[in-house]
Amino acid sequence: MNKHEPTGRKLDLRNGRVELSHGAGGRAMARLIGEIFHVAFDNEWLGAGNDQAAFDVPAGRMAMTTDGYVVSPLFFPGGDIGKLAVHGTINDIAMAGARPLHMSASFIIEEGFPLAELKRIAQSMGEASRAAGVPIVTGDTKVVERGKADGVFVSTTCVGIVPVGLELSGDKARPGDVVLLSGSIGDHGVAVMSKRENLSFDTEVLSDTAALHELVARMVETAGPAIRLMRDPTRGGVAATLNEIAHQSRVGVRIEETAIPVAPQVAAACELLGLDPLNVANEGKLIAVVAREAAEALLATMRAHELGGRAARIGEIVEDAHCFVQMTTAFGGGRVIDWLSGEQLPRIC
Amino acid sequence: MKHIDEYRDGELARAIARRIAEEARSERQYRFMEFCGGHTHAISRYGIEDLLPENIRLIHGPGCPVCVLPMGRIDDAIRLAARKEVTLCTYADLMRVPASGGASLMKAKADGADIRMVYSTLDAIAIAEKEPEREVVFFAIGFETTTPPTALAIRLAQKKGLANFSVYCNHVLTPAAMQAILDTKDGVEIEGFVGPAHVSTVIGSAPYRRFASDYRKPVVIAGFEPLDVIQAILMLLRQINEGRCEIENQYRRAVTESGNAKAIDEMAEIFELRDAFEWRGLGEIPSSALKLRETYAQFDAERRFSMETRPARDNPACECGAILRGQKRPQDCKLFGVACTPETPMGSCMVSSEGSCAAYWAYGRFRRYETRQNETRKAS
Repeated sequence: MNKHEPTGRKLDLRNGRVELSHGAGGRAMARLIGEIFHVAFDNEWLGAGNDQAAFDVPAGRMAMTTDGYVVSPLFFPGGDIGKLAVHGTINDIAMAGARPLHMSASFIIEEGFPLAELKRIAQSMGEASRAAGVPIVTGDTKVVERGKADGVFVSTTCVGIVPVGLELSGDKARPGDVVLLSGSIGDHGVAVMSKRENLSFDTEVLSDTAALHELVARMVETAGPAIRLMRDPTRGGVAATLNEIAHQSRVGVRIEETAIPVAPQVAAACELLGLDPLNVANEGKLIAVVAREAAEALLATMRAHELGGRAARIGEIVEDAHCFVQMTTAFGGGRVIDWLSGEQLPRIC
Repeated sequence: MKHIDEYRDGELARAIARRIAEEARSERQYRFMEFCGGHTHAISRYGIEDLLPENIRLIHGPGCPVCVLPMGRIDDAIRLAARKEVTLCTYADLMRVPASGGASLMKAKADGADIRMVYSTLDAIAIAEKEPEREVVFFAIGFETTTPPTALAIRLAQKKGLANFSVYCNHVLTPAAMQAILDTKDGVEIEGFVGPAHVSTVIGSAPYRRFASDYRKPVVIAGFEPLDVIQAILMLLRQINEGRCEIENQYRRAVTESGNAKAIDEMAEIFELRDAFEWRGLGEIPSSALKLRETYAQFDAERRFSMETRPARDNPACECGAILRGQKRPQDCKLFGVACTPETPMGSCMVSSEGSCAAYWAYGRFRRYETRQNETRKAS
């Protein structure tokens, strides 16, 4: 994002709309970047106006991740696409136990998109990144013709530093390890769905979107390498995450349905829509697999943090050549938890 | 959740399971069919079979409307949707049902057909009102449960004078299918039925009487919650042990003997019986489906677009037919879990989450049995 000093009229941030010229590299683009993104993200690297951000890094291992956000609707109870784009990518770094440092943001905007909404999204991203202490230091903007995108798509990339001695990985779960979940599930998916066209229903459920790196930092202080791996159960929900862990580590997972926290409003909405909360997306929760002897202390640490207040021990890792995730149901029977087939609901993140 | 958790109580379930274990006679086998996909789903999701003794076998019936819709009817719908003037409105379940030559509504949509997923018949009416230049066709499927909403939509379209709305009617009837299963000569011996929940709220319990009187099969109408199902199994077991053949109603909180008179009258006003209708897996069944009466011809997509169903052949290796009749289990099919998975369904039972193959796959019943067998083998 280059900072130029354009002349001429200011953007009409109240009633104006994004035009193709806002992505054409001329004055209009400079205005858009200057008046919306620079104002919202405001930091020294972006302010330098270069095509890239240069920064110092501590010695050690780095973690890097990237993610695209296409959620529909763009604004939903408890969040919006901007907040999600900051939190989601920070969380992917945090799941390595890493400390996120800097991020980039890229926007693909549909011609005709209201400037007021773009500003709202950018401001929300700026607030989220400042609150997380992870500045958005570089970015890009493209405008495509009407009908070639759905409002706005956001991509973010983040780099972070991995603490010395920590090597979390999806293949490290071992039989006997304990599975911890940081809180109640399904809130994000239900909140987004409640606002979808032709499915809207009234609910007080808010998206749980949150940056988890502070919680993770406390967890790493407490348990360090006793933590085998962490994952945030986003698309596909807890069911997909546990299956990924089982397959990567070539183990089985056994969980107890009664141990998994689900808010009553989420349970009710899922009941109504015929969904299983285990398949519904979360944007502010994590699953940690930890050595048995460290589990109690780690759980206490999680519960002491505001983002882990309802953390629970939901199951354990077992030997299983089939890599099944199995659950004892509240009813007393057992069942295998599989990946969801097809799409449960389109474009939730 | 109030009014839900009561019907999922694990302790009560274990108490009923103990009674079943005590009362089931170890020297014999019991074979019950749950007709509805809703029951199949509950059985798999809550692990009800784990609570039953080994000599009680549940056979998963054909009560999944998506599963029994013949391929030729999907082919028709795809051809209809390909017409430039047509907007086809459908329940999402139908989108992935395999049609001839690897086609599906999902693929037709990607190819540019105007196909929209709706949650209710009223959504389709709303589209027809909003877009008067489009020919809006509602793809109506389902048993007696979904028929009244279709009737309501037709009634509403008539009232509003909507000239661009019609229904592609594929509604089928439960008792006719139960009878067809009992009439199958090479069928598996079924000793009793867990009877439909939602269907029975509409038609009542009376239409099942002939299964007790003529076929000597007990029927227990049951709700879709897991405690409903396990209690119905106990009630069936007792009927068999006591030599009774009765229509019993476990689902008293919703089902009466005569059903919903208003819904029944409205259905009779708008629909009439077809002479016969093809069911996927079960073949032609006489008097088993509905079509629009002549009076409502203008809302009948089949008449309006001169649709003619061309027969289509299922994959010959697909065992959906035998599975729907209760003769085979999903894992007995060569395609199951290999070529046929919920991502790439070959047969209809794999498509809807209520289909027995999809339920077996998703909740892994077969895999649990395999694991158990392997564990036993290892141990011995």
